[in-house]
Amino acid sequence: MLFCSTLTFADKSYAQKTKTPLNHTQNYNKTAQPSLIAQNERIKVDKNSRGVNIKQTRTSNEPNATVNKAVKNNSKAHSSTHAADKGYGNNEHGGEEKFDIKGLIFGHIMDSHDFHLWGDLAVPLPCILYDKQNGLSVFMSSKFDHGHVDYKGYHYDHGALSRPDGLKYWDFSITKNVFAMLLVATLLSILFLSVAKAYRRREGQAPKGVQAFIEPLFMFIRDDIAKENIGEKKYEKFVPYLVAIFFFILGLNLFGLIPIFPGSANVTGNIAVTLVLALITAIVVNASGTKDYWGHLINMPGVPGFVKIVLTPIELLGALIIKPASLMIRLFANITAGHIIILSLVSLIFMFSSDANGVAGKSFGGGLVGSALAVPFVLFMNAIELFVSFLQAYIFTTLSALYIGQAVEEHEHH
Amino acid sequence: MTYVGLAAIGAGLAVLGAGLGIGMIGGRAMEGIARQPEAGGDIRTTMIIAAALVEGAALFAIVVALLGVLK
Repeated sequence: MLFCSTLTFADKSYAQKTKTPLNHTQNYNKTAQPSLIAQNERIKVDKNSRGVNIKQTRTSNEPNATVNKAVKNNSKAHSSTHAADKGYGNNEHGGEEKFDIKGLIFGHIMDSHDFHLWGDLAVPLPCILYDKQNGLSVFMSSKFDHGHVDYKGYHYDHGALSRPDGLKYWDFSITKNVFAMLLVATLLSILFLSVAKAYRRREGQAPKGVQAFIEPLFMFIRDDIAKENIGEKKYEKFVPYLVAIFFFILGLNLFGLIPIFPGSANVTGNIAVTLVLALITAIVVNASGTKDYWGHLINMPGVPGFVKIVLTPIELLGALIIKPASLMIRLFANITAGHIIILSLVSLIFMFSSDANGVAGKSFGGGLVGSALAVPFVLFMNAIELFVSFLQAYIFTTLSALYIGQAVEEHEHH
Repeated sequence: MTYVGLAAIGAGLAVLGAGLGIGMIGGRAMEGIARQPEAGGDIRTTMIIAAALVEGAALFAIVVALLGVLK
């Protein structure tokens, strides 16, 4: 609870920009300010009934002002935790920022080119971009200065890279998700290679150390998932794939629950990642299909002709599209829903601690009350998400094994 | 009604379906284990698989609701 209360005050970046345009007089006295007006800017002044200036709107006369405005307007869809606040709740426009819950949640769910730590601090990641005009550009995302500076024609807005001039480019950057996948893959390789070496060294002896941890899990996957669903004769070929899938998904799920640097990436909650996993399963299943399998799909025996016309498209669609798609959506939606719930409950603290204007972190008592409410729920949800991580990895593996088993099954012909 | 309102109602209906389905699966599984405790392990495994399939269908609806909220 102390941690949450300190979070409320320490992390000003969770307070978001107001959506009004440059508006220096918002919080100051209502007389005209001798503000800095550049040569090429126009000031439109609104006066209220007493003739006092209540709002000054700056528009720029520069030729690329419309481009910048278009880019800024696009950022409204993407507004998320903005790490560029200089100072305690003040943005560079001089006002105070409201707490934007939608931006916070989507900023954490979606991929981004740096790991935001706290306040202004972020771990930058390399951007690897290729376009026809400038060739390959490799640079750290810190060059963007949290989205304030355009670099080499690229604009970085709250985690999303774009190019205002519309040139097509290829994005091979190491984003948060790529980094997390590489990290999990490396850790799993180290783990399993060391376990394999231990098995070779200690031939015939009882397992010790990490071996003793991995062995029951491995045996569980081999016996209760692979052997049972695929059958005694053919299961060995598929065990490496199933073990890999299980531990990869488990590792990524668990890393997504850790709230800070190596872990805060929501990888399995990214539909592109689950799409690829489901695609690989679909390829493995359909490539190892026997003639019986395809025969039953396309030309189901024992069924009259007019039913076959309806049945064949349904079966083909089911095997090639719907079953992998259900694998993809199940993993994606479970993990993303869990993350959204946890983020919403933590945002409850910020909302409780905000003042009348919606600026977070203003009320200590409110922060305490919010923490008292939210912390037990967040703990509970995190426990459920831990269970869901294991369960979803198990379900993905079991269903893959089931589909593989259906594909390689040998029927006795009647 | 706004898109967000309709999406929320859709998501609620989906969760209703999921809750009913998984509740029935759990109930029948418990009856099965009560009748034949030796088959407990098999029944538990089958229950989890069936629950995941039903939940997958409900999550299709949730994803569509999310799309409705975002558009």
